[in-house]
Formats: sequence, structure tokens, C-alpha cells
Amino acid sequence: MLPKKLRTYRRIYAAFFFGLFLLLLFLTDFGRIKGFETSLLLELDPLTAIAAFLTSGTFYLGLLLALLIIIPTLFLGRFFCSWICPLGIANQFLGWLFHGLRPHERYDLNRYRSSYRIKYYLLTVLLVLALFGSLQVGLLDPIALMVRSFTLAVFPALNLSGAEIYLNQPVFHGAVLIALLLIAILLANRFLPRFWCRTLCPLGALLGVLSRRAPLRIQRDVDKCIDCDKCLKACQGGCDPHAELRVSECHVCMNCIEECPTQALHYGLPRERSSVHKPLDINRRRLVETSVATALFFPMLRSSLAAHSAPTAAVIRPPGSLPEEEFLGRCIKCAACMRICPTNVLQPALLESGLEGLWTPMLINKLGYCEHHCTLCGEACPTGAIRRISVQEKVGEQPFDKPIKLGTAFYDHGRCLPWAMHTECIVCEEMCPTSPKAIWYKKVEISTREGGSTELKQPYVDPRLCIGCGICENKCPVEDMAAIRVSSVGETRSVENQMILKQ
Amino acid sequence: MARERQGSKYKRVVRPRTRREFLRDLGATALAAGGFTALGMLNYSERPVREVLRDIEKLKDFRIQLPEQFAQLSVVHGSQVEPMVKEAIELLGGMERFITKGDRVLIKPNVGWDRQPEQAANTNPEVVAAVVRQCRDAGASEVVVTDVSLNDPQRCFFRSGIQTAAQQAGAVVELPGGNDFIDTDMQGELLKVWPVARHYHAADKVINIPIVKHHSLCGCTLGMKNLYGAIGGRRNQLHQDIHTSIADLASAVRPTLTVMDAVRVLKHNGPTGGSLDDVSRENTIIAGIDPVAIDAYSLKFLDLTPEKLPFLALGEARGLGVVDWRRLRMKESQLG
Repeated sequence: MLPKKLRTYRRIYAAFFFGLFLLLLFLTDFGRIKGFETSLLLELDPLTAIAAFLTSGTFYLGLLLALLIIIPTLFLGRFFCSWICPLGIANQFLGWLFHGLRPHERYDLNRYRSSYRIKYYLLTVLLVLALFGSLQVGLLDPIALMVRSFTLAVFPALNLSGAEIYLNQPVFHGAVLIALLLIAILLANRFLPRFWCRTLCPLGALLGVLSRRAPLRIQRDVDKCIDCDKCLKACQGGCDPHAELRVSECHVCMNCIEECPTQALHYGLPRERSSVHKPLDINRRRLVETSVATALFFPMLRSSLAAHSAPTAAVIRPPGSLPEEEFLGRCIKCAACMRICPTNVLQPALLESGLEGLWTPMLINKLGYCEHHCTLCGEACPTGAIRRISVQEKVGEQPFDKPIKLGTAFYDHGRCLPWAMHTECIVCEEMCPTSPKAIWYKKVEISTREGGSTELKQPYVDPRLCIGCGICENKCPVEDMAAIRVSSVGETRSVENQMILKQ
Repeated sequence: MARERQGSKYKRVVRPRTRREFLRDLGATALAAGGFTALGMLNYSERPVREVLRDIEKLKDFRIQLPEQFAQLSVVHGSQVEPMVKEAIELLGGMERFITKGDRVLIKPNVGWDRQPEQAANTNPEVVAAVVRQCRDAGASEVVVTDVSLNDPQRCFFRSGIQTAAQQAGAVVELPGGNDFIDTDMQGELLKVWPVARHYHAADKVINIPIVKHHSLCGCTLGMKNLYGAIGGRRNQLHQDIHTSIADLASAVRPTLTVMDAVRVLKHNGPTGGSLDDVSRENTIIAGIDPVAIDAYSLKFLDLTPEKLPFLALGEARGLGVVDWRRLRMKESQLG
């Protein structure tokens, strides 16, 4: 027999979708991905789809799936927040766990507060920035935030604690900040249940706006209601089901229905004695102010020195990445590429590429290198900031005439063993994956300190063949700062960041 | 100090301490003071950190003696890989000579690179599968195929075809991760204590299955150099004295049997290759128990002579084998 309570269904869905989130992230790996649509949850995300549409005018591949959330939300309300969103589900669970600590405050904590308006203003800031071409939704989008936090902090931590997720323990640039943010968001439930979802979440705000006219919603029968406020006991949205419901705040969690002692609440169409509802609590003037302020801020953001204003040596983007400005218009900082990268070379940038590039992927060749025949980051990217490229396109086989270059390798003669220390090495030449190799050497006769002479192989880079994969830098025996290092110059994606006239 | 419940709030109620409470607190304080003193005295040290004794293990010698009637070196030409491998081992007396029933066998192919079989940067998967099957038929209790790859190990094992071929033939494929190494006393001139994949410590027999390839620094990469894939750590430093390093490696890891894959030979742009123009088809399998002789014999595919490769003479000087393979009992055979 099927359960009768809607809350039971919600719990089943929540468990399923949280499990699905973990499973898809676990499967985002060379050995496990097979054909699975591992970026499904990122693609279902309406905020990503709409903001990326504003920046670049397309719904890229799977992002059209966002319609599967947008259309039902118009009819059913913000069901996504309590039924599907992994961060919402985690917050709900922790809110329930912490709630037990302070039962006497439950009712007050679940009343509507005017601070819940903040999320609508944050949404406005993010959408106006998107309109100007800067995609910053990923900073606060809950799906991107969860994928990023789990990729960069939670999964590596689990592996370190003994779960066998990776063959080699990954490490990530500045990951502890991401871990602390996640902890702060989760711990906030101790003080205000679902603080994040109610106050800050821009996706929640977007779904709130979409659900303004939802025909199906929580309805309160004013005759049956005895004003006991028990519906507030476990209310997730802080949407005042005991009074005039704020439908844009309601997460459709169905808790209030189960708590009501007189069956005054139901979910569905209004009945004869149903209470009226409150409209969206945002001030149009504030909205205009926020938009204007963001519009004024944008040129300041863009006039600051960043990788899009001047080529930056350290900002080496994954293979197939769009030119920097378009890249910033599509990357949602979700770290899916860093999850799937087999060598751990893809790392979240801090301020290397400017404020807009925070947590976007860049290669740190000290930690890994770009595997010659690997194109997985483009497969994992939900928004096309990294294009889906074929191996042929990457390595420059027919019908492509040139490989994709990420940058160019340069020798540091002061550190290179054969150049500075008269010691045999050329590990870089051994590792170089192109055929013919981009690294070549000259045999030279060197007179030694003692007065004798010795023959050595001194390496050189052929910039026309070098693809900037960074394996030479990664495997160089000069450990702390390699004697050969890749910088971004010569990258295929950029017209300006070049050095050789005759290609 | 005690707490009493009053209404719905907690409120402090102050009253004088009793003698019993005073004595209890005094006792607890004295106990804590004694405890701290003992902790300090017992752990006093002139070292800043506690000394931890590491276990340094040694590798066993996996070699066996072959009776006089069998060849020490066999060379088989042909077109079908599986029968060639079988014949090459048959000429040495059959796999039963090398594998005792119940042995745990470790097979070390070259799976260094994320390349496909046709590119000849890794050992031919058919050769690996053939050797695995021979070991299984000879009664090995477990056959482990492992290597410490240079590119991403998952990709190397998958795209080389070795993972699938070895598993289908009945082997267990092991990709050594960060914790899979044991500090080992290599007793070498350059290699002292070095991390070795733990599977070598668990094995009863080791079969080395290298491929013949060009290598810019060393000239070639053959059987003795293939043992590079047994170790982890900072092995890219070995290039600084590659010949002594190879001799050290071959003195520390002494395989039961070597089966050289010269079916496809990577002639240029080694050891990575990448282009089919770098590959030449030689359709030969060489097997034997003398790692120096096998390497010396294989030079003919790369147009090299032993004088150019000091590691061979070093190996002979250390008693690992002979450079002049003509001095060994050798059998050559041509299959269809």
C-alpha cells in the first residue's frame, strides 16, 4: 500500500536525490563515468541555465533540462528546495537535528523575517552581472556550491579518512576556504533553520519568483484553524502557514499539514474558506536601486587587472576552454572538471585570473599535467566553458591540422641540471608526449670545474610543437620549482596571447 | 556552587562549601598536579620528536636454476603471438620449470604510457595475456599484473589493452596507489632505500615482460630498465646516472623469467612514441633467464651495440648475466 502522507513522499524523494547527488559525483571519474550523465543535477538547475543564457544567448546542451524544474515550479511552487536540492536537503536534515536542542524556540525561529528578502537582491545582482557578461551565479548557486564543496573538500577528506574514492590522494588549491564555507553554511542551521535557503540562496529566490502564481499551494481553512501555530513547529521556508501564506517562501515540505491538529491545512487548489495569501515581499524601488548599483559596479569589476584584460602567465585553462572573456561568461565554478581530471592538475583559482575568476579551473602543473589523450573535463563541463572536444581535435589528428595548445614550456637555465649543473637528465624529453617530441636536445662537450670535459644532452623546446601539457614541468626532478615551466603564451584559445609570427 | 531549577530559568544559588567538597576538590587538584609532573618526567627527551623505527625490508631473489638440457635463451619468430610466447617458454623447458603449483606470480609488463597497442609504447597485451594463461595452466594460485605507470595509471592500463587482456586471461590487475609502497633496501650503489610496490614483497615469482623501445637518454629501454616500474618515489632522478641506476635496479629485482616483446618495436621518439611511423613490426619473442643477455640480444632491433650501453657491462660485472648472449645455450625457432 502506498503511504498517504505527502511528507513521507517528500522524504523518499529527498533521500533519493541526495543519494543521486553523491552517486553522480562518485561516478565522475575516468574509470566509472562510462556513459552516465554525471552533470545531471547541474543541468537541471534553472539559475545556471537562465544566467548562462543571459551571458551568451544559448541554452547549451543539457541546460535545456532546466525546463524540467522551471515548468513544474510554475504550477507546484518551490518543490525543488526540499525535494531535490542536495544543499536544501542537507540543511533540512541538519535543521531538524539541531532543532531538537532548542524546542522552546522552534515556533519563533520559523516565523517569516524581513531578512529573507536578501536573497532576492542577491539574485538581482547576479542576474544583472550576467546581463553584462559576467557569470557569477556559481558562487552562490546551491548545486554548483555543493558539487564544488564535495569535489574540493568533502571527497578528498573522506579519502584521507580511509574511503577508497581515488587511487592517489588529491589536493586542491585553497580548498580549506571552501570547506570552511560549507561548514559555516551547514552550522548556520544551528541558529536559524535553513538560514542559507531562506536568506541567501539565489536559486531559491528565482524559484520563489517563478512560483508567485502557482495554482497548487498550501491552503489554510480559516474556519477549521484554531490559531494554535503548531504548523510553525517544523516549517522549512518560514512562510507563515499559520497566517497568510507567503507562497514564494514555501518549500512545499508538507510538514505543516502533518502538524495541524484540525486538518485545516491542505496542499492543492483553494477551497471556499481558504485564507488569502501574501504577495512577494520585495520593494520595487530597492530592486531598481540594486540593479543600478550593480550596473555601476560592473565597469569597475572589468577595469581591474585580470586575465581577460592582459594575458596572465599562470592562468592556463583546460583544453577546449573558450577565450577568457567568454569563459568567464560560461564557467559556474562548479569544479566538475576538477572532479574528473585524472591527474589533479585542474585547480580552483583564487585571484590569479581576477575576482571574476574565483574558483574557475586552471592548471597547476606542479600537482599534475594535462594527459595527452584525455578530454574528460569538456565532457564534465555542464555549461560549455570547456568545449566538448574530440581526441583528434585535441592532439591535432585528421581532420584537424593543429593540436590544442594550453601554453608553452620554457627552460629556466639557472635551475636545469644539464644547463646549470653539468648533470645528465632530460626527463622532460622522455615525458614529452608529442610525435615528434617538442623537446629536443643538443649533444654538447662541456669543460668541467676540474678541468676535464664531459658530454651532455642539453634540452630545448620547439614552440611550434609544444602543446603546453605541462608533463615536463610536473616530472622535472627539480622538485619545488621546476626547471621547465609552462606559461599561457601561445594558447590556442587566445588571439592576443601569442609570440611566434610564423606558425 | 550548585544549580537549582527555579521556574523555567536556571538561577545561581550561593551557599558555603562543605568540608567534604573542599577535600574532594583538594584531592582532585593534587591528582592533576601529580599527573602533569609524571607526564613531563616520563616523556622528557633530548630529541625534538619521538624516534620512529621504520621497517626496511629486502626483496627476495626470484631466480631459479635451469637444468642443462634446456635453453637459457629462446628466440621465436612468427605471426601469431600466443603460440610464439608458448613456444619461447617451451624451449626453456615449459612454464612448469618456473612456476610451482600454488605460486603467487607477479607479472611486470611495461604499462608506462597512455598509448594504444599499435603505438608500441607499452607491452603488447596479447603477450601479457599469453604469459598469464601459461602461469594459470602451470598452477599459479594468483597472477598479479602491475606496473607503476608514468601517465595516469587508470588510462594506461585501460588504453594499453592490458587491463582487459590480463583480466580475461585470469589475472588480477593492481594499480599501485600512494599507500602501496614499502621502503626497501636496494643495496645498490645509487639506490639505497627506495619505495617498492608492495606486490613484489608478496610474490613468489616475478616475470618481467618488457617491450623493445628507443629511449633518447639511455639509447634503449629493454628488460633491465623496465624494472623502473617496480619502484615509486623520486625515480625521475635516476636519469642523472641512468646506467648505474639500471644496474642497481636489476641487482635488486631479480626476475624468475624475462619475456621480451619484440612484436612491434618503437624505433624513434621513444619511450613515448605516439605515431605509427615510429613503429616497426619485428614479430619476435625472446625469452630467457639471463636479463643481461636478453637485453644485449634485443639491441639488434634498434641498430645499437652493447658498447654504447654501459649498463650491460655493469650488469655483467655484478654477475647478473652475460653481455655476449652467444655464450648461452640458445634455441631459435620459426613459427608459421
